[in-house]
Amino acid sequence: MAETIQTDVPPPNVDLDNEQFWAAANRRQLRIGQCTKCQKAFFYPRHFCPFCLSADVDWALASGKAQIYSYTVMRRVDNPYVLAYVQLDEGPAMMTNIVECDFESLRVGQIVEAVYATSKNGSLVPMFRPIDGH
Amino acid sequence: MTRPSNPGAAYIAGAFEHPTRLATGLSIAQLHAEVARGALEDAGLGIADVDAFYTADAPGLGPIAIVEHLGIKPQIVDSTDVGGSSYLLHVNHATQAIAAGKCSVALITLAGRPRAEGKITVASRFAGPDVGFESPYRSSVVGMYAMAAARHMHEFGTTGEQLAWIKVAASVHAQHNPLALLRNVVTVEEVVNSPMVADPLHRLDCCVITDGGGALVVVSPEIARSLARPKVRVRGAGEFVKHIRGGYPDITSSGAVVSGAQALAEAGVTPKDIKCACIYDSFTISVLIALEDLGFCEKGKGGQFVSEGNLISGVGRLPFNTDGGGLCNNHPSNRGGMTKVIETVRQLRGEAHPRVQVPNCDIALAHGTGGWIASRHCSATLVLERE
Repeated sequence: MAETIQTDVPPPNVDLDNEQFWAAANRRQLRIGQCTKCQKAFFYPRHFCPFCLSADVDWALASGKAQIYSYTVMRRVDNPYVLAYVQLDEGPAMMTNIVECDFESLRVGQIVEAVYATSKNGSLVPMFRPIDGH
Repeated sequence: MTRPSNPGAAYIAGAFEHPTRLATGLSIAQLHAEVARGALEDAGLGIADVDAFYTADAPGLGPIAIVEHLGIKPQIVDSTDVGGSSYLLHVNHATQAIAAGKCSVALITLAGRPRAEGKITVASRFAGPDVGFESPYRSSVVGMYAMAAARHMHEFGTTGEQLAWIKVAASVHAQHNPLALLRNVVTVEEVVNSPMVADPLHRLDCCVITDGGGALVVVSPEIARSLARPKVRVRGAGEFVKHIRGGYPDITSSGAVVSGAQALAEAGVTPKDIKCACIYDSFTISVLIALEDLGFCEKGKGGQFVSEGNLISGVGRLPFNTDGGGLCNNHPSNRGGMTKVIETVRQLRGEAHPRVQVPNCDIALAHGTGGWIASRHCSATLVLERE
């Protein structure tokens, strides 16, 4: 886990809503929202809880283990890629790309793990790849 | 059916679809003016009668620039933009404003020229706090609908052939519409053999890209009585924004579960009472999910429902998009809600093409899905009645 792969993905637009998430990604960490008050985990992380609006939230470290909730292969571009939602082991799902995969063997429910892709400006973007045998 | 005790009725007195599908020499402001004129002439009203204005996509700050451009003096304006369902939402809001006595003649316009300009959306307009976490993954409109389709197939066994029936039904209707962009009748095989765009959606699962627009005029009961046109009453309306709930998506259903139930309850009718439905068809999957969520069939049974030919006028029990819909006729400015209301009004007036006109069409439904079905979208539903 936590290898770096090269891609042609656009860099994130870092702003006040997401700078902690992308700073963590550059350290090869995947951060999610965790509410201390109502205990719910959420994605995308933000400065308050989307379930109870409490400001008592952590930008918690996720394991990077997940399974594919849904996916599509975007075919009408020079380099086709996989757009997906993956459901993290911690509960919430996130949008991502599935990389290092055979398009035709992908399936909903497949077990995947986080890897880090280098975007065009060098910043790292968490993506996912199938775990062999799953 | 029980009669509702809704004291604040409003009526759609004017409806106009711009005939162009490629507006090379027309500006967006000019298109707004042409559809406004068309709908007002259809109603038998003039621009000076308008006292409320609704638009989602006009150039300028909210509605202000186009209000000046058209010479309107509105006491109510609303430029709520929820994508392609905005215009159904506007009918709902105009009906409420009329019921409250705030206005009596509401004009709703849509215009755009993405085909002439060769672009689809201005992404920066839609950059909310969600986008910062998603943009590196190169999401797209078709990608989001494709993920909904893939998950629907996973959960319910829906097939590409079943989705194709939706395009087939639209094409059977479009052959009778001389203005439709695509008038050729297609087969299930042609749909599933067309190039894959985003698995499992093929090119023929996707709507057309066209220029043009449309307009509606919603009026008070007093104004409606003074006009010569058939009376089409807004009998029920609903709207609902659905999203992924902090990372817990449920992408095989839409906001139509709420907006449809609201509209049907307000109208005091059930899906069985609906004679014709015009349902947002940005993609075939948009229709399938809406049919289930609106209660025309059980959740997960949409594939079976459409593959039995139920959407074809003269064949099935729920003729849909009898103008050819967004899949074949017109999807002006990438916003299909306006044309859904217009064709519903044609059906209720008995003014649809004779080959697709539903006999005794007294109650019909129009439904829109705006935004991205697998993440954030706004559903809006209208139940309309010919009095």
